[in-house]
Amino acid sequence: MTTPSPSSPATSTPTSTPTPTPGEQADAAVAAILAAALHGGERGTVVDSPPGAGKSTLVVRAARELVATGERLMIVAQTNSQVDDLVDRLAEADPALAVGRLHGSDALPSEIAMRHPGVVASTKVGDLRELPVVVSTAAKWQWVKETDPWRHAIVDEAYQMRSDALLAVARLFERALFVGDPGQLDPFSIVGTDDWAGQHHDPSQSAVVTLLAHNPGIVPHRLPVSWRLPASAAPLVSDAFYPFTPFRAGTEPGDRRLELGPPTTASGTTLEQAADEVLDVAAESGWGLLELPARLTVRTDPEAVAAVAAVVARLLARGGTAHSERGSAPVDADRIAVGTAHRDQAAAVRGALAALGVTGVTVDTANRLQGREYDVTVVLHPLSGRPDATAFHLETGRLCVLASRHRHACIVVTRAGIPELLDAHPSTEPVQLGVVSKFPDGWEANHAVLEHLRRFRVPVR
Amino acid sequence: MSLLSTLARLQAVRSGVAQPLATVRHRHLSERPFVLVPLAAAGETGAPLAVLLGQDRQHPRLLTVPQPLDRDLRFAFLARVGDELLPYLESFGGDVELLERSVKDPESGEKTVEVRELCADAPQLVVPNPGGVELLGLFGRSTRFRRTAEDPDPGPYPAPARVPLLGRWLTHVSDRANVPGSSMLLPLTTTLARHWATGQSSLEDAHLGALLAWISPPEGGRGEEAALRAENGRDERGQLLVPPAGPATDPDFDSLLLAPAITRYDAARAAQDERLTQARAEEIDALLGAVLLPVWHQVWQGLDLLRTLPPGAHVADRWESDRWSYTGHRDRVAAGEPPQPLHDDAVTAARRLAQREREQVRVDLEEALDDPLAMAEHRLAGQAFAGEVVEVQPAYDTSGRSPKPRPLVTVRTEDRPHLDPGGEAHRAGGPASQKAQLVELDAEAGLLTLRLLNGMGRKKEPEPGTVPEPGEQVCFTLFELAPRQSAPLPDPEDTPWTHGGPPK
Repeated sequence: MTTPSPSSPATSTPTSTPTPTPGEQADAAVAAILAAALHGGERGTVVDSPPGAGKSTLVVRAARELVATGERLMIVAQTNSQVDDLVDRLAEADPALAVGRLHGSDALPSEIAMRHPGVVASTKVGDLRELPVVVSTAAKWQWVKETDPWRHAIVDEAYQMRSDALLAVARLFERALFVGDPGQLDPFSIVGTDDWAGQHHDPSQSAVVTLLAHNPGIVPHRLPVSWRLPASAAPLVSDAFYPFTPFRAGTEPGDRRLELGPPTTASGTTLEQAADEVLDVAAESGWGLLELPARLTVRTDPEAVAAVAAVVARLLARGGTAHSERGSAPVDADRIAVGTAHRDQAAAVRGALAALGVTGVTVDTANRLQGREYDVTVVLHPLSGRPDATAFHLETGRLCVLASRHRHACIVVTRAGIPELLDAHPSTEPVQLGVVSKFPDGWEANHAVLEHLRRFRVPVR
Repeated sequence: MSLLSTLARLQAVRSGVAQPLATVRHRHLSERPFVLVPLAAAGETGAPLAVLLGQDRQHPRLLTVPQPLDRDLRFAFLARVGDELLPYLESFGGDVELLERSVKDPESGEKTVEVRELCADAPQLVVPNPGGVELLGLFGRSTRFRRTAEDPDPGPYPAPARVPLLGRWLTHVSDRANVPGSSMLLPLTTTLARHWATGQSSLEDAHLGALLAWISPPEGGRGEEAALRAENGRDERGQLLVPPAGPATDPDFDSLLLAPAITRYDAARAAQDERLTQARAEEIDALLGAVLLPVWHQVWQGLDLLRTLPPGAHVADRWESDRWSYTGHRDRVAAGEPPQPLHDDAVTAARRLAQREREQVRVDLEEALDDPLAMAEHRLAGQAFAGEVVEVQPAYDTSGRSPKPRPLVTVRTEDRPHLDPGGEAHRAGGPASQKAQLVELDAEAGLLTLRLLNGMGRKKEPEPGTVPEPGEQVCFTLFELAPRQSAPLPDPEDTPWTHGGPPK
């Protein structure tokens, strides 16, 4: 490995090979990241990763390389399921590696993580201290009492970690690799935080923002290729949500194909026929927009919920096959997800699916779908049926999460009239001195996505 | 806005009068509050114009700045505010209760008893609206760092003696007002809107006159008419019938009445005619007094309305937190500590955010426990359920050395909680905190069978009264009923490299 310059992330294309393949591009980026994490001049290394760009793979690979140097490593993730997932991937990649799973007394590790013989779980860090890798949530790490600091830490989903959580755990490590997706949902607080707006160490902002503000020498690296998003989705997601840090799809148009069974005969209801039609559009193009007539509704709009459920039920009834670079597999319930903005909407969709006899489909809010991947997603648009466009519903990250979970197709269900709603509600958030404006803002991103989706519109009559 | 408060607003529209959102009062009201109605001068942030203040409803004290651009007059005004307010704020410092707690000596490890003082009561300031809170905070910010003639280096423009002290107190109370559930500095509109739903938007509720018009409309009148009159009604001189509750004044008042009066005052001053200057200042006083007095009465009317509600069960606990906060500030002032810094360092900011989040969770929980209407919002959101116990079956956990009680309680409810078998629920209003797990769910019949997991004593049979009996009304929440402890943070001098290292 050559000695890297810590401040030059290797995302630029080498001049000798004019068109590197996605794989070559990604490998070069990963090599530079690992070099910076191990030997870079800065104590922190930051990696920005767009959706599905191999962030988890990077974390596993970095963990193994760091452990190979003989130093002990701690890994900080944000939720228990992320921790279990990471432990599972680590043990899968290297069955001989002893992995410590530090957990709380009321949050037992999942069986997925514990099925590996090399994994040791404990509520006390003392039991795990000598293991090469210890993984836990930020919330649990904060309670670890005085102990010799670890040489290396990896902070996963660092953009979802709050600055104050990093403040509480930073004493535990000397160097750290921060990995995350800047386009997803920002951390939030249940109370007002204007008192600290614009300050470097605003405790409610993301850990990475604080880190970069205090360590101007750190230049974030980027992973340039999304392996999850199909060629139909990567350009839109890149343009709408990552306008200044574009990325490409790892596959070409035609590499992924969604094949569906025949639609219902004419006997289906109008809603079922529309659902079939939008499924055909989405199978063909990767996107679908099922549009209900404009109307102001309660949050758990029964018609929109029924439409979401109908699309899922028709998809399962017709039976789909997903053809991709990984081979061909049926699109079963566990490969389908429904995303909503609010928990009560998710609960309503679950109820509607259960009434149709559909089980096994993931239905959750954007917050909980972060970091997950499915073949087909059905999204209830956050602004559907609303009389207003609040900052919550406009948040860029929310739409980005919902529009970037799929490998094959994404179908958005909405009431008509959202562009008009957006035009009637320009963002009016106060401008705070010292706060770096995030681009694009949710308003702009929402317009960009809707403009694109208009071409795949199927109205429900 | 929750479904319940939306419904209450719709009902208010239909009936023409505000609807209750609470069955109890969720904020502490002092026996002797100190009311301030502050006004700010247009054009410059935080420039004081006038205040009507005091504890005596019949005899408020009016203080004004006849020329708001004159900084000497401004600080003379703030000095007079201090003369009125500081004796009140300090009067609570003397009466203390002594609390003992055992502490471990960090060096010897021996346990010793530490006696701490807690002030028996604390001051309560009442302002018309959040704008008033913000303005007091700005006053605090502009005064707490001022130097006075008593300083070793007073500088060319020393402020009156007690002005910096006033600034420290105003900073403390306005900071405290940002802590959820605190009652040390109450903005009245927010407090009233917590207890009543009007037929207008929450933005319109920020107008104290319109809000009161909905809550107690005139005899035979309707809320929307009275609110419209409060917002827009003008007299033959073009002045508002119900002056705004500050801190901003009505622009028509500024341009038609106040500005000419200030110009006349300036002219008298320029002519160095002391008697005329005094007379002109009194004219300004009369103008400002006339727009402040109606608000003064509205504030007391609002307090009367709040007093019609009995206090919630946890209100006294939260007031105790305010008393601790008051005691702490009293001690810091007495110890000669420097004024609060302009910006928090990283650790202090994180601590204060953690405190506010903890208190927000606490106040939400306590309001739900104190008030069936607050709990109803959680029940409608599927986060709680209430109903009647229809069956109790004894059952035991025999996995350990001795069997432990784990009775099965079946509840019939019309609520539809978002709870699946295996999910946890917490008993609200039980004898002790009690956790349960959903075992079986019959959504059609509204039957939930829960296994009680704790809070039944250490014996094989549950302690009497710890398990609900058939026929008993019970309520369970899906969320925990106590806020989680905040994680420890480093000391400011140990601030890590990720946050810029220790403060310089």
